[in-house]
This record gives sequence, C-alpha cells and structure tokens, in this order.
Amino acid sequence: MTDGAGDTARGAARPSRPARGPRFGLGAEGARSLSIAAVSTVVVFGLIGLVVVNAPGWPVFQQAFLNGPIFWESLPKVIGRFWVNVQMFLVAEVLILIFGLLLAVLRSLPGPVFFPVRLIATLYVDIFRALPGILVVFMLGLGIPALRLPGVPKDEFFWAVIVLTLLYSAYVSEVFRAGINSIHPSQAMAARSLGLTMTQSMRYVVVPQAVRRVVPPLLNDFIGLQKDTVLVSFIGVVEIFRETQILQAARFNFTPYLATALVFLAVTIPMARFTDWLIARDARKGGSGRRSASVSNALSRGGQAAP
Amino acid sequence: MRTPKAFIGLALAAALAAACTSAPAASPIASTTPVPSTAPTAAPSVATSASAAPSAVVTPAPTQNACAPENLTLKTAGKLTLGSDNPAYDPYFLPSSPNPSPWEAGDPNNGQGFESAVAFAIAGKLGFSKDQVVWVAVPFNNAIQPGAKDFDLYFQEVSYSADRAQAVDLSDGYYDVAQAVVAVKSEKIAKVTTISGLKDFTFGAQVGTTSYDLIGKTIAPAKDAKVYDTNDAALKALGNGQIDGLVTDLPTAYYMANVQLKNGAIVGQFPTQPGGEHFSAVLDKGSTLTSCVNQAIAALKADGTLAQITQTWLADKANAPVFQP
Amino acid sequence: MTMQPALRIEGLWKSFGELDVLQGIDLEVAEHEVIALIGASGSGKSTLLRCINLLEPIDEGRIFIEGEEITAKGVNVDRIRRRVGIVFQSFNLFPHMRVLDNVTLGPRSVLTPPPAAAAPDAMRLLERFGLAEKANQLPDRLSGGQQQRVAIVRALAMQPDLLLLDEVTSALDPELVAEVLNVVRELAANGMTMLIATHEMGFARDIANRVCFLDAGRILEEGPPAQIFAEPREARTRQFLNRIIEAGRL
Repeated sequence: MTDGAGDTARGAARPSRPARGPRFGLGAEGARSLSIAAVSTVVVFGLIGLVVVNAPGWPVFQQAFLNGPIFWESLPKVIGRFWVNVQMFLVAEVLILIFGLLLAVLRSLPGPVFFPVRLIATLYVDIFRALPGILVVFMLGLGIPALRLPGVPKDEFFWAVIVLTLLYSAYVSEVFRAGINSIHPSQAMAARSLGLTMTQSMRYVVVPQAVRRVVPPLLNDFIGLQKDTVLVSFIGVVEIFRETQILQAARFNFTPYLATALVFLAVTIPMARFTDWLIARDARKGGSGRRSASVSNALSRGGQAAP
Repeated sequence: MRTPKAFIGLALAAALAAACTSAPAASPIASTTPVPSTAPTAAPSVATSASAAPSAVVTPAPTQNACAPENLTLKTAGKLTLGSDNPAYDPYFLPSSPNPSPWEAGDPNNGQGFESAVAFAIAGKLGFSKDQVVWVAVPFNNAIQPGAKDFDLYFQEVSYSADRAQAVDLSDGYYDVAQAVVAVKSEKIAKVTTISGLKDFTFGAQVGTTSYDLIGKTIAPAKDAKVYDTNDAALKALGNGQIDGLVTDLPTAYYMANVQLKNGAIVGQFPTQPGGEHFSAVLDKGSTLTSCVNQAIAALKADGTLAQITQTWLADKANAPVFQP
Repeated sequence: MTMQPALRIEGLWKSFGELDVLQGIDLEVAEHEVIALIGASGSGKSTLLRCINLLEPIDEGRIFIEGEEITAKGVNVDRIRRRVGIVFQSFNLFPHMRVLDNVTLGPRSVLTPPPAAAAPDAMRLLERFGLAEKANQLPDRLSGGQQQRVAIVRALAMQPDLLLLDEVTSALDPELVAEVLNVVRELAANGMTMLIATHEMGFARDIANRVCFLDAGRILEEGPPAQIFAEPREARTRQFLNRIIEAGRL
C-alpha cells in the first residue's frame, strides 16, 4: 500500500513501487499480457466466425458437414469401430520400437566387417521410406495371401500390423540413429575403457541416453502411426475410416467425417501435450535435456522485449 | 496502458466493418452448380449454362422438341457424354482389341456388352449418332455421390434406391437385377442352398453398394462383413480365402465366377422382390435430360429393343439356383 | 628374480592421417612406479595414454602389460582394458546413471562371476574418498572435483594393474584441483602403478618417481623429477619449463 502523502512529505527518496496486479501473483506485467491475450483471442475468433457464418453457401455447407442428427448418429458407430485402430496401433508401436532400434544399432556398428549389415539396414530404410503405405498394404495384405504359402496367415489385421511395422521402423530407426549419433563419442570411449564390450557399451551407456533424447520426435512419429492405422481399410477391415465411408455413402452426407475427425483429434492432442510435458520435465530434471532448456532460455533472454 | 485500448478500439472497428459488408444469406442458394439437398424438391432446380437455346423451362411433361439434341443441356454441346467406371466388366462392357486409353477391361465405345448396348440405344432414341457419343471414366463412388458430374448419363449397374435418388437423378429401370454370392468352388460355402446357411460365413462387398446393404439386411451373418473400395479388391480377397463369399449382381457374378476367379462358382442368387432392384442410369441431380431419358427407355421397352438387347447379352447369365430361406 | 615391468612400450608409432603423433616411443614402467608425462599440448600425451589401453589402434610397435603383449594378434581387447584403468580430462561419467551405478557398471558387466558384492565394494571405495553421500545422486548434481573423484573411483572399481590419468585436473576450477590431486597422492602412497599426463608441475615433482618430457611425439628426456625440473639436459625441455615458470605454474 503506497503512502503517497508520506512520500511527498519526506521528499520521495524511495523509488515508488509499481501497482500490484491481480492476486494470483502474476504481477502487473503478467496481468496486462493476460488481458491483451484474452481480448485479442476473442476478437480474432469472433471475426473469423462472423466471416464464415455470413459467407454464401454456409447453410449448404452446414447441412452437408455439420448435420446435427447425423453427427450424433454417426459418433457412437465410428467410436465403436475405432477399437480396431487402437489395437493395431498398440501392437504395431511395440514392434516398431524394437525393430527400429535394432535397425539403428545395426547401422551404427563400426568397422569393415559389419559393412554388409550396415548396407542391408540402409537399403531397408531407403526402400520403406520411399514406398507409399497404401501400395505396401495392397502388396502384402492382398498379394502375399494370394501365394497361399503354407503357414503364412491371411488375416488382414496381421498384415496391416506387419505393413505398419515395416514402414514406420524405417522412420523410427532414423530417429534412433540420430539419437545414437548425438551421444558424444567420449561416452562410448569411457564405457569401452572399463572393459565393456561393444554390445554392453551400447546397451548400458549409449542407447539409454539416445532413447531419452529422442522421445519427442518418436512421439511425433507415433501420432502419424495412429492415423495410418486406417490403411487396413483398403484390404477390407471395417475400422473407423471405412465405417465413416459406409455412413457417408448411406446418408450422402459428410458429417460422419467430422465425427471421425473429432475422434482422432481427441486421441492425438493429448499425446501432443504429453510430449510437451515430457520435454519440459526433462529440461527441469537436467541430464542431457538441460542443454536444450538453456538454449531456449538463452534465445528468449537474448531477444527479450517487454510483453 | 495506451496500447491495449487502442488495440481493442481498432479490433472492434474492424469487426463492425466486416459484419456490415458481408451479405446475410437467408434463402437457399442459386449457384451455377446444382447443389445436393436431402429434402426432395418438387420443381427441378434452375440450371444455368452457356447453351445456345434457352432450355431452362420448368415443365412437368417435356415435349418431343425439348428432348431434341439441340435443345438439351449437355456437358459438351452437340455431344452426349456417357460415363462408366474403369475397369468395366463383362457382360456389361466388352473389350476391344486393342482397348483405347484409358479403358483397361471393357471398352464402352464398341457398343458391345449389355450396358454399352443399352447406352447407345438410348443415345440413338435421343437423336445422337454413334459419333456424337463420348465416353468418360468415372469411379462408381463418385458417380452416385452428390455433386457436379463429368457426364450427362452414367451406366455402371447402379441400383435404384430412394436415398440415392435424393443425391442424383436416377432414370427408370432398364434391367431388373438379382444379387448373387460368388465363391470358390471347393469351399464349404459353395454347397449352401439356404439364406440361413450363409450366416456362418464371412462376406465381402464394395463400399456404398446395395450388395453391401444386402449382407447386413438379408444375410445378417455373425461375422462382420469386409468392405472394399472396388469389386476387384473384394475379388482378390475372395481368391485369397480372406472372405468366403462376395455379394454382387448376378451378371457380374457370372463373369467373376467363370472368367476372373479360378475355380469360381455362383453359390446362388437371392430371390427378387416384386418391384425389386433395378438398374438405373445416373444423371446429375435435377438434370433436364432425365425425363427425356425416361421417355427413351419407355420407347425401347415398347418396341422390344430392350428385350432384344437383354436376350443378346444376359440370357445365359440369369440361371443360378435361388436361395431358399 | 626379475619382476616383469608393469608396462613396457617398444617403438610405438601412431599417426592420424598424415600427421605422426607418436614417433617411436620406448618406455618401461615398473610396478608401483608413478610416471609423470609432461609436454606441450599436441605433444602426444593423451594419444600415448589412449594407445596403452588400446582405445587408439597403433601403427607400429609393441606394448606389454605385466609381460603379456597386448598388441599381439588375437588378443581380447576388452580383457586388457579391464586391467588398465583410465581417467579422462572431461570425467566422462554416465549422466543417466547414479554415481553408485557409474561405479558398479564395470564390475557388474565384466567380472565373472558378476559380483553381488559390487555395490558394497563400490560404497567402500566411495566412502574412502569421501563421496559416500553422493552415491544415489546423478552426476550433474556434483561439483567438477567430485565428478572427477567419482571417475577415479569408477576406474579403481575394476581393480586395475595400471592406472592412466589424462590431465585429470585440467578441466577443473582451481579450488577443486587439490581434492583430486590428494586422491592421486593417496593412490600413489598405496602403491598404485600410474602414468599421469599433467600440467601440474608441482604435483608431478612431488609424487612422480620419473618424469618424461614429450616433445613432437618423442620422449625427449626422462629422469627423476629433481633432475628434470632443476637441471634439464635438452634445450627444448628448458624452453618448455621456462614457459611454465613464466606462467607461474611451477
């Protein structure tokens, strides 16, 4: 509480304190930022809303994409089918992590004796990053069962998981490899100097650090994987996307697609926030994440202007 | 504290300006492309295009003059644009040797095959010679969905349904169709003779077809049906043993069982209801050709041409055992 | 009865591409001896140490540890490295493991049978060097001096025959140097055979039995510290020591 009269009386030797902001401790600067942000958000979205709703064609668009009754009819049906996608995602994710890490390690093996191994791993990654998923799913999901090889399953779910694993391991192995390469060679040197074998050094020293480093890009790839589970629809399985198509064909209305889009958003956005939280926690804890925290601090402090 | 106030003032001014300049749309749209609506309209919507003669006449019974080629609203003036899917199969479309691009299986241009023949017959009744007919390839799913069409008239074993008739115009029927089940001869399902006997098997069909609907409504199997973008994919799955039976129209089933599939067989056909499924040609919603096409079809029925075409191409493809309940 | 020298190096040559870093090194280290390696940066001190435990492959020459030629064909390199400990200038602790796990990783992974005593033994070592209460912490919570002492303990946990110390105080703040040097002093007093590359001349003079001056990849001069520091024979040795004295480091 400032004592203005007193200050004036004493000649105002002390510098006056700034007025306090709202009680939740933001301070004056923070409160101002918050109110500006709030007003700005309301105005921008309000403007967008106004423009959209008044555009010609809006009623038709609303009928075709935002049809209430059809939405509420479709939503439980597509959610029911989503379980297929979820199962596929869970199984494939585990396989991809294992196979991707294996590929990355194989590509990292040093020395001329391992050249053929590195070559095969590199070729694998090149091929499966190049091929479109739908092509591979047709080739393997419909093509291989046609050969009727004994012992080879023809189940579509099985082949979809295989296809997703083959495709995504290629991407994930590159992420792991970048992580492995980012570990300073002195770590491997320290491990070998204790007498640990190459395998032990990788397993106890290099890979654990590499994996911790690449969790954000890995989670990024897995958000992509969630979406690509719809590939199995092309070989007949009725999962969320095919169900959406069936509903759309039956009703000649696109609102089911909106319902499905919302399902994907509901699943994916929490994953994205979780990734952000992981990055922040890693930065707070220190270890190899600390560097990135100080970089962003340095960047923001270096160019900081008052909000 | 100057900045926030100025900002708010500017923003409000901008919002007001935007609200005032945009025109509120209270009435349904009159746009250049016909627009789908799920509520059936009594009068055909206004069609605008750069046609020479004003043909946007709202009359319930068009006169012969209105159906003359020069009076019709066509995709390409002077030509009748017909559409079909690609690949298009026997016995509806037959191949030429060689097939002109892009046709991979049947070539609609040659007038051979049931639907190609019917299409040319209708075109002829409308007054178009063979040179005035142009064929384009359009996927089945695209043709029956609402939206502007790349053709005047589309033939691809499209069954009439009330739902579909709200999205597109469907002509009167030119063929009464039965659905059938295709399977591999050596499989257990091939011995089934009753609908109830089908319940334990896995079926497949193309998405958005009445065949797919039939699986759910008539067969109601225990296991989920498998749904494919094309009949080709479904056929592949049938050959692989990934589905036990494929449901499609009977003439297509013939071609699949006898030509496409190794050791294929038709398990049976489903009994047709009176006034049951029939094939219709697809037109753009509210097309001015629809009534003219219906007139042409009526004429072909009356003078026996349609019966002759049916006999030529489909006579031997309608004999399959009928499923008992 | 002649005892095998702890370490014998014969005619060691090592180059990186065009650059000859080590040009014919001959050196013998008896058991319990402490050798100080001094010389300018780039003289090959670190490279020499890293060759001894085969972290760097050598081009020519032979190395014997306790009489066994480790440069012979078919030698199991990992086995050799268990007997030769090395401590690095930049500590190189494993940041994702607690201090205790850093120390026990070696014994648990390589000594057979895997000792269940690894953890208690490690704790004893950590206690001996005053690091016991840091055992459950991650390395980044420790000061530089503490981290380097942990690195030394990590090397000692393998019970090596020979310990190599590569400028272990060069990366430390001056006030933390002493605690590390005291650890090394204690090891010397307890008879650890050591090869120490260092810039700490006073320290070298105190604990080394012999000092080797490396210049351009060769051991230019070697002898007891009193002789090397007080009466160097070679001109370049004198030059080097003068520069050190000028910098106030001696």
